[in-house]
Amino acid sequence: MKPLPVLVFALVPASLALAIAFGSVDLNAAQLADALLGRGDEVARQIVWGVRAPRALAGFACGGLLALAGALLQVLLRNPLADPYILGVSGGASAGALGAMLLGASLAGLHLAALAGAAVAAGAVFAFSLGRAGWNPYRVLLTGVALSSGFGATVGLMLSLAPSSQVQGMLFWLLGDLSPAGDPTPALIALAACAALAFPQSAALDVLILGEDKARSLGVAVTRLQSIAFGGATVATVAAVLLGGSIGFVGLVVPHLLRLCGIHRHKALLPLAVCLGGSLLALADTLARTALAPTELPVGVVTALLGVPVLLVLLARVR
Amino acid sequence: MLRAKGLDLRIADRALVRALELSLAPGECWALLGRNGAGKTSLVLALAGLRAPQGGTVELDGRPLAEHRRAELARRIAVLLQDEASDFWGSVLDYVLLGGYPRSKSAWGRDAQGIERARRSLAEFDLTGHADQPYRSLSGGERQRARIAQVLMQDADILLLDEPLQHLDLRHQAQVMRTLSALAASGRTVLAALHEPGHAARHCGFSLLLYDAGRASPGRSSDMLTQANLEALYQCRLEAAGTRSFLPT
Repeated sequence: MKPLPVLVFALVPASLALAIAFGSVDLNAAQLADALLGRGDEVARQIVWGVRAPRALAGFACGGLLALAGALLQVLLRNPLADPYILGVSGGASAGALGAMLLGASLAGLHLAALAGAAVAAGAVFAFSLGRAGWNPYRVLLTGVALSSGFGATVGLMLSLAPSSQVQGMLFWLLGDLSPAGDPTPALIALAACAALAFPQSAALDVLILGEDKARSLGVAVTRLQSIAFGGATVATVAAVLLGGSIGFVGLVVPHLLRLCGIHRHKALLPLAVCLGGSLLALADTLARTALAPTELPVGVVTALLGVPVLLVLLARVR
Repeated sequence: MLRAKGLDLRIADRALVRALELSLAPGECWALLGRNGAGKTSLVLALAGLRAPQGGTVELDGRPLAEHRRAELARRIAVLLQDEASDFWGSVLDYVLLGGYPRSKSAWGRDAQGIERARRSLAEFDLTGHADQPYRSLSGGERQRARIAQVLMQDADILLLDEPLQHLDLRHQAQVMRTLSALAASGRTVLAALHEPGHAARHCGFSLLLYDAGRASPGRSSDMLTQANLEALYQCRLEAAGTRSFLPT
């Protein structure tokens, strides 16, 4: 196996270990080892298993979902600038979530409202883009951009009307925040389901790069492939947004980082994107929790601040 | 046998093909000739099952194309499209190997046999030295030869090629036409949209002339490629160029 895939796969346990090891409460190596084995101090066990491990897994699931959605959308829309939020589902989810916050809804209510907003956006994109001749990627892009603008304006209006005590919570949600993530199990199930849906399509996605007609002439059922991939990307984005709000940059940059390192075939690109996206978000969240502890930074800010220079350096090196 | 029965093709209100009856049999090499915009590309796409006709049907071995599974069609019919996305990221060999997708499904057919076939296909079009070069770095003519090599890699019985000679120099035009002619001689069915009646006369036993307003005339090239027919087809006067005209052999 080549060094880069090995490095990316090794990053998964390393990032999770770091996320569990570091936090606002210092735990030494012995305390961590005891807690991981279910022994020793009850508080340490609670910190490790009740707080840090679920949060690390939530970060990993969220990053993996976003990177997978980004990789799928970039090939489907034949647009390197495509990211999970281009479908407008994050805008819909944000509008729903902020509306629920304004109405003082519980966390479950907030999730439900975000899901409803995302469903409205996804439904609109699908309704405008799927015709008798199959998917129209340009209409997907245009509908997504239009919806994002509309939801952006709605979010702006809600921010301007919201009482100042609620604005910070709203901003955290908009910038991406894993602190209210809770149980990561649903997101991990969503990640496994999306991966199971997308990975078997890798070879067909490689052929799709040649264009829809060429792919059809080579035996790819293009409409079916696009439906699977758009569906998978949408579910992945919605799951990620429900978990951590609108965490930017991971879905856009992680697939490009891998491509710039020479990973193009989807058979390798998709699983590596999941691993790299998940690991990077778990690491970014660790940094967001610890850099100014006990104050937490929005993880979306950390991903952008780290991702931009890394991508620019790679772009400068690979020509 | 690929057969068009009462085929109607239109773009908006303009008729490209009206009630076309056409049978492409194994061993036949067809040239498709017509003015720009006459409907050559639309016809190639319809015959390949990539565009639904406005009327009539295209049948493969007596069954409408729509009744065949896409994967099954890809093993029988290979298509060279006039335009193709050019942002393929891999090597020239990778690109040609994708032609093996309908049979291997691994997309790359990277077994020794697949690579050997791809290399033979590259060698046929003078691309051996470019095998490991990025596809994107090829010139227009080299890229066109790689695209034809990919079509051959598909190993289909029926080859439909939309302007296979575009971007090619004289030497490679002749090379491609010889290859297509040899494929027909070996029992395949070939139809190529061309702009040079001389190539059609030399290499294709049959020609289909697409006139304006949807009229089409199929027949033996020896009967179809007359000065009168070509003047009517291209709507311009033609003269015998004699020794000033050269066609590669």
